[in-house]
Amino acid sequence: MNTTTHLDPSLPESGKTLSTLRQIGKTPSLLIGIIMFAILILLALFIPYLSPYQPSEQNLSAFLQPPSSAHWLGTDQLGRDLFTRLLYAARTDLTIMILAEIIPFCTGVMLGMISGYYGKWTDRIISLITDTFIAFPFYLIVIIVAFASGAGERGIYITFILVGWIVFARVVRGLSASFRKQEWIASAQTLGLPGIRIILRHLLPNVLPQAVVVLMTDMIGLLVAIVTLGYLGIGIAPPTPDWGTMISDGQPFITTAWWLSAVPGFAVVYTGIALSLLGDGLADIWRKK
Amino acid sequence: MELALQVQDLTVRYGGFTALDHIRLELEQHTTLGLVGESGSGKSTLARVIAGLIAPDEGQILLGSEELRKKRSKEQHKQIQMIFQNPDASLNPRHTVRQILAEALLFHRIVDRSQVGRRSTELLDRVQLEARSLDKYPHEFSGGQRQRIAIARALSVEPSLLIADEPTSALDVSVQRSVLELFHTLRTELHLTMLFISHDLGVIHAVSDTVAVMRQGKLVEVNTKDEFFIRPKHEYSRELLSAVPKMPR
Amino acid sequence: MTTQPILEVESLTLAAKSQEKLVHNISFSLERGESLGLVGESGSGKSLTLRAILGLLPRGVEQTGGTIRSKVSSSMVFQDPRGALDPLCPVVKQLTEVVYYRQKTTHKAARTIALELLERLGLPDSLRTKDRYPGQLSGGQCQRVVIAMALACKPGILLCDEPTTALDVTVQQQIMDTITSLQRELGFAMVFVTHNLAIAANLCSRLVVMKQGRMIEHGETHRLLRQPAEAYTQMLIDSVLPLPELEGGRTSWN
Repeated sequence: MNTTTHLDPSLPESGKTLSTLRQIGKTPSLLIGIIMFAILILLALFIPYLSPYQPSEQNLSAFLQPPSSAHWLGTDQLGRDLFTRLLYAARTDLTIMILAEIIPFCTGVMLGMISGYYGKWTDRIISLITDTFIAFPFYLIVIIVAFASGAGERGIYITFILVGWIVFARVVRGLSASFRKQEWIASAQTLGLPGIRIILRHLLPNVLPQAVVVLMTDMIGLLVAIVTLGYLGIGIAPPTPDWGTMISDGQPFITTAWWLSAVPGFAVVYTGIALSLLGDGLADIWRKK
Repeated sequence: MELALQVQDLTVRYGGFTALDHIRLELEQHTTLGLVGESGSGKSTLARVIAGLIAPDEGQILLGSEELRKKRSKEQHKQIQMIFQNPDASLNPRHTVRQILAEALLFHRIVDRSQVGRRSTELLDRVQLEARSLDKYPHEFSGGQRQRIAIARALSVEPSLLIADEPTSALDVSVQRSVLELFHTLRTELHLTMLFISHDLGVIHAVSDTVAVMRQGKLVEVNTKDEFFIRPKHEYSRELLSAVPKMPR
Repeated sequence: MTTQPILEVESLTLAAKSQEKLVHNISFSLERGESLGLVGESGSGKSLTLRAILGLLPRGVEQTGGTIRSKVSSSMVFQDPRGALDPLCPVVKQLTEVVYYRQKTTHKAARTIALELLERLGLPDSLRTKDRYPGQLSGGQCQRVVIAMALACKPGILLCDEPTTALDVTVQQQIMDTITSLQRELGFAMVFVTHNLAIAANLCSRLVVMKQGRMIEHGETHRLLRQPAEAYTQMLIDSVLPLPELEGGRTSWN
């Protein structure tokens, strides 16, 4: 009897982590997504130790080589090792992808909650801003900002701070507006809690899961945008390795050395699948709760 | 008897629709007023106006001798607490019972931070729940248990008026009975002042000292419980009372 | 006195796909024109039993044992009247469709029958000239339309799944009165599911008390109410909160 009461307090904690792990195991899409994404991140992190080559190290005597044991994915027209470049490019692209989402995610979730919770004129003003931004095509804004601020990652960051929050604001606004009608919000109000506290302590934990799922899909769109801009020559500037410039660099050799463009293209698709599986799996788990 | 609450000429309109039409109501201290009415009668709107969730268009509310204005002080908020109908939605799904009770206790400085755990256990004990419920989430409880947690939360800040809006309507009959018994115990032990809303006349009979009947935004009758159930003054009250299905003899 | 039953349920067992038993070994029978009440709380399996009789089990639930023999057709009245009607189709048109398909008449005759039914159920006459959408009717009126649709199928058995739970008491009383008088007139049998023992007692001559998928007691209503064999039945009886007798008598019921 004594031992059971003694053990009890520790039970919820360990039980909780265990059940979370079990849930991940029971959701194949999440498990596969985590594994795929983890492989990519680990390779990108450890590429300096895995590869004897530098990403910009040219070797003009060994250009356009097909895959071999020395060069796992072959070399490009300047003799640079494709595998090494691919993963250094992953570092660039994934870092921008993640960093560019942070501010828009925070502002979008916050504005969405404020808009949905307060309603009335607050909602009208925020909705007006979102609708106005939606009227402009994303790529148009990116290109204008890129020309105004010069090519490179800065344009992507600026554009995304400007427009990236909209998708989060819209989703979170809808969720918050429906939660607002629920009685637990009314009881928090009856307690006299100030609005900002209700938003941060009560609404936030409830909208966050859905917002994170949206974040996963939004990242895919952002990655494609980074790659597209690189491809068009207004994104990441050479010699910094980037999947977009790699695709466009390989284009003249598409008939002779197709893998030059195909491999970075595949990397984009791979990342996209990993992220959408991750998003789907998370959504599944949260829906069950 | 001292008056705990006075509602004077309270009116709420939504566009052209009058949800509350010049309601006048008085509630004596340490008594329970049962507010009965059919759907759309405005009884829930009245509860929400008194709780400060909806601002009235006209009229005033006095808590004791103090007028409650649109912007209420923290102390005034504390004085009126409410329990809602839907047990599935009345607790934040992502907070544990401990968090739910601690938030109320700490926000209104009912006890020191060090005393929160002990007080929470006491509160759960009041509503007949075990202390180990503290670290569970709302979805781990049944509807009746969730309603008990909602009652514990409302009582935690020691309000002078408790509003219960159909607290047993969504529950199974056996659970409804035990929750009503809990209300009865709390009434006698804590001398609560309560505004108890229900469409169920059986429930109203079980909990009230005074009965008020609403219909289409108007108050049609206020009467003592004993008078109301035997000799209702208004024709509509009689109609309601005779519509309740009864056991055949 | 012994007539042939029109519905026989014999050791009916229902289970979820996960093999979890939801309804155990339920048996009862129903005679022509008779009313049977299935009472119990949520999770008692009363609604599932009713759906099994209708042959409309929810996805994931299977009949794993027992038999249901019925000589006549049955139709059902649901708890939520708005959910049972197509919100985008006006009610007279909806009812006409049902009459047209079930009674195999011409469209014109179907409309006449539909209007007669609606009148019989006490719906406003204005529906003759101006059809309305379910959203434009009150909950009680919607439930009347649902009952009309059920009756349009000329059922031998009317299955009622808490048809008045979502309604106000005064409307509940009107609906119960309507059902009683229609039954007297048309002579259909009825299986009535409810958690309110008082309603069941007023409508049904026999009761089946269910708890957690099992039939714990059954019998003739008056006997059951006077001498319940099970504590659970007594609890259900006690849960009908008593009201004092109204001076000047009650205007209706019984």
